[in-house]
Amino acid sequence: MKAPLNWLREYVDIALSPKELAKRLTMSGTEVKGIETIGGWENIVVGQVVAIEPHPHAARLKLATIDLRGECLRSVCGASNLEMGQKVAFARIGAPLIDPQSGEPVRLERAKIRGIASEGMICSERELGISDRHEGIMVLPPDAPLGVPLNDYLGDAIFDLDITPNRPDCLSIIGIAREVAALTGKSVCLPETRYDEPGELIERKVSVEIADPDLCPRYCASLITDVKVAPSPPWMEQRLLACGMRPINNIVDVTNYVMLEYGQPLHAFDYERLAPKRIIVRRAGDESITTLDGVERMLQSDMLVIADGEGPVAIAGVMGGSGSEVTEETTSVLIESANFNSVSIRRTAARLKLRSEASLRFEKGISPELTMLALKRATQLMAELSGGKIARGIIDVYSGKKEAKPIALSTKQVERILGIKIGLEKMMKVLCSLGFDCQTVSTEELSIAIPYWRTDVRLAEDLVEEIARIIGYDELPITLPSGALPQYEADPMRAIRERASDILAGCGIQEVITYSLISLEVSRKVVLNSGLTPLKIANPITTEQEYLRTTLRPGLLEALSANEKHEEGSIRLFEVGKVYLPREGNLPEERQMLAGVLSGPRLDRSWHGEGEVLDFFDVKGVLETLFERLGVEASFEPVNDELFNPGRVARIMLWGEELGIIGELHPRMAEGFDISRPVYLFEINLEKLLPTTIAPRKYRPIPRFPATLRDIALVMDGEVAAKRVQDIIQSFPLVAKVALFDVYTGEQVPQGKKSLAFRILYQSPSRTLTDEEVNKEQERILERLHRELGAALRA
Amino acid sequence: MIEKLDEIKSNAIDELSSLQSIKELEDWRVRYLGKKSALTQILRGLASRPLEERKAVGASANELKSLLERSHRQKKEALKEKAYQEMEAAAVGKQIISPTGIPSEEKFGIPTVFLGIPDVTLPGRPIPLGRLHPTTQMVREICDIFVALGFQVVEGPEVEWDYYNFEALNIPPDHPARDMWATLWIDTKSGERPMLLRTHTSPMQIRVMERTTPPVRVVVPGKVYRYEATDATHESMFYQIEGLAVDKNITLADLKGTLYEFARRLFGAERKVRFRCDYFPFVEPGVEMAIDCMVCGGTGCRLCSGTGWIEILGAGMVHPAVLRRVNYDPEIYTGFAFGLGLERMSMLRYGVEDIRLFYSNDLRFLRQF
Repeated sequence: MKAPLNWLREYVDIALSPKELAKRLTMSGTEVKGIETIGGWENIVVGQVVAIEPHPHAARLKLATIDLRGECLRSVCGASNLEMGQKVAFARIGAPLIDPQSGEPVRLERAKIRGIASEGMICSERELGISDRHEGIMVLPPDAPLGVPLNDYLGDAIFDLDITPNRPDCLSIIGIAREVAALTGKSVCLPETRYDEPGELIERKVSVEIADPDLCPRYCASLITDVKVAPSPPWMEQRLLACGMRPINNIVDVTNYVMLEYGQPLHAFDYERLAPKRIIVRRAGDESITTLDGVERMLQSDMLVIADGEGPVAIAGVMGGSGSEVTEETTSVLIESANFNSVSIRRTAARLKLRSEASLRFEKGISPELTMLALKRATQLMAELSGGKIARGIIDVYSGKKEAKPIALSTKQVERILGIKIGLEKMMKVLCSLGFDCQTVSTEELSIAIPYWRTDVRLAEDLVEEIARIIGYDELPITLPSGALPQYEADPMRAIRERASDILAGCGIQEVITYSLISLEVSRKVVLNSGLTPLKIANPITTEQEYLRTTLRPGLLEALSANEKHEEGSIRLFEVGKVYLPREGNLPEERQMLAGVLSGPRLDRSWHGEGEVLDFFDVKGVLETLFERLGVEASFEPVNDELFNPGRVARIMLWGEELGIIGELHPRMAEGFDISRPVYLFEINLEKLLPTTIAPRKYRPIPRFPATLRDIALVMDGEVAAKRVQDIIQSFPLVAKVALFDVYTGEQVPQGKKSLAFRILYQSPSRTLTDEEVNKEQERILERLHRELGAALRA
Repeated sequence: MIEKLDEIKSNAIDELSSLQSIKELEDWRVRYLGKKSALTQILRGLASRPLEERKAVGASANELKSLLERSHRQKKEALKEKAYQEMEAAAVGKQIISPTGIPSEEKFGIPTVFLGIPDVTLPGRPIPLGRLHPTTQMVREICDIFVALGFQVVEGPEVEWDYYNFEALNIPPDHPARDMWATLWIDTKSGERPMLLRTHTSPMQIRVMERTTPPVRVVVPGKVYRYEATDATHESMFYQIEGLAVDKNITLADLKGTLYEFARRLFGAERKVRFRCDYFPFVEPGVEMAIDCMVCGGTGCRLCSGTGWIEILGAGMVHPAVLRRVNYDPEIYTGFAFGLGLERMSMLRYGVEDIRLFYSNDLRFLRQF
């Protein structure tokens, strides 16, 4: 909403600077986003053309004498619209202007034009920077004050305001003037509307019927005959332009002007083009209408229309129809000022994708009381500007007028919410300044009647806000909540997520956060034959973000791919985030996952030598570190998965359940993401790790008795999984720890066999082991390994 | 016997003075103090001797033994000191020796790792670096501030019912305020409950109050989504932190105090804070908080659009209709709520000018935090 300062001044005295006023408005809830200054002219004054003579050397130029109140100056002028007696904007020598050809700022210099000295210049709108018009000089209204600097007369500051949806009353100049008045301790003065009604009785000319009073609580109309459609006077055009509306003619402009002034949308019909002179406000049938913008629109039965005897002539509160549009030929105008149901208007406008200045106001819920005030104002203005004859009377169909009940408000209620005691008198003063009618009920309570324009105020809390915002939030004290702390509830999921993130970052992996929404195409690249249909967005912004992810893989692979284009060294990324798994008839399961992708050299290239390329065991090492730190013993089992390079993939098991997967991405998959290097990927269901945060850790005493170390090398079939060997050794009671330290295949062992070397730590918590005991235990281990796995001590 | 001891003594001392290396010294020790040395033999043989002799010889032999041990220790110290001095002399001579080509341990009796003089300006061995995403860091930092103020951190679903995102928050269907949150809707079958991607973290106000009785003091970090064309200041996915405190006697002054403390902890104790009236359907009175612009200090610049103030969050006193919705009696309880955009905090803190940098995950961006 734009509000020119000079327009506001018509209703309220403003002594503050525009900047200070903007600050107070902003603080009280009417945010001023910007102030546009119009004018800033220097050395330009209001003058009057008192003589016109021909130029002796040029047929198309004239010599004009301009009275500047007491001082007369001569100017050479070529404008065709120059006339005796005109009030004009006269620039003295040295005045800064806009060059009409280049649009650049220039300074008016003393000049001789065709031999005659010009002592100044009569300006066009373009030269003054007001508009692009340069066909002639700008003609000021006859009442423009002679000799006064143009800046004092025409200069203005236009406030660009952000009106919150609860304040439709502030979508009007008068509404903002009320705010200004309350903030500055002034009062508001509304325009007087009095006029003669020399025409015929309106009821004889037109009838109005409301078929659906729920959707149209009030419909008022007036009629003006014998109008002459013409451009509006400059002052009105300028105000409309300043508020961002295009001037059209003196009829349409008045409806827009009064809408801006009062906040009540109006519509003007060409009375002669309304078939059988009756208006019916009803729901649309199976019909269509061509609106003022020239578009034919199909209507639906829940849309409200204004119809004449033949069909719809306007979509109520949204836009008029072109069939009854006011044109240059129009001679009689029916002015509509009605109130429509806000929800209905909002739905209709949304359905038709047609949001107008009118619908934006109606949908926020404006008062039915406004219709009559605005209609009278419009009728008066329109008759004045168009020379029309006002029909006698006004049609007013108003069913179910609702009186707002007064609200009780006590000083206690105010203190309870604001945390400060505010006296009854102060409360009254603030509320009265906003137009509320306050009655004292007791020394601590008021009964407050709500003015019709404040449709947003319904509760005592609303009144508390009114008091607080006018006094100023900055005036309220600053304290901290004093009550008891709520009972603490642990959040194990957040705890485990943060721990896992810290551990992975510690392992040299960068955290990323990728979009939850992905395209179906990319989702299909990484989720093969799952049968799971991801949740779809009904109104996606792009197809790139149309489905809710069911895995973290695509986002990570895309991030890796994008970074590969500029990263020379390794790329290691992880993400902790949700996947969204649809559930029939319910919100999806939002499962917390942890996934990572790693690619490139193990160590970045340096003088310490060329780094080897990362492999499966680097990534597995990271996960083992994670599990170790979380205190769980997960295991890795070979598995088949099409997404991965065959054989280079393992599923991660914990407590008999699948925790996740780790592997080298199949080159085909990597290529799908435009990745050329080997990529290792892991993905883990974090929810499965939840028990680790719940089970408390138990301390184990540090061993008191010395340990015995033995190294053994075993030869066995190549297919035997190292984990099986290790598990068997580990299962013996005297084995405290076992570590695999060498894997060998080659000449030293037979074809198809391999050698695994383990370091075993024998230790007892209760005594020092003798060599003999250790030897016996080791024999038992070897015997079992041989029996179960065919493993033998390497010679 | 005594003569024998004298002989051992003079030989040992003579030899000792000419020793040049730790290795030679060790041979000497074995020769004179080892298990098979003459002195050890004598001491062992004493047991079978008569008492008189045992006393006389034993005293002398033990005396000799401790003399030799002492001499050995001194000689060892001397030899090591000499080696250190040689090492230092080499360093003074600025001989830069490659880490692998170092003098032997044998020569100096000093572990080789101490020898050789590298170019200390050479870069260290690279260790892969991992960091948390700047948003994660900011979430933690802000949560920590509120935890210190007695708030608990809770989280909630990102896919929500219309009811929690709007209706229960005093935004019924067709309410004009719905325009404040451009919504991404889930494609559901007609007739099903409308489901959406939450447009703010505020639905958690309802969920938390539904399952707890006052007092309530929570903050809720999480992702939110908007139907929004992206540009330097708009994203379709971003993070918010919601705050809610409900109890008897919670006032607007408490809201101001809590958020003032938060702003000073996050942006510095010298920050000025401004509270102005604003509108959100689920609070009354509504509040917007701004801090004075850290770039211009309040005189007006591009960052603050010339106002000198930077809006950082919306807040207010919980609307009575919202309290009633969760069966809290608004005559007994009051509360405040607030919500802030995470990325905006990071952008202000670090001077990031384009919000899209956060989730495009360019390592050149992420490595800066």
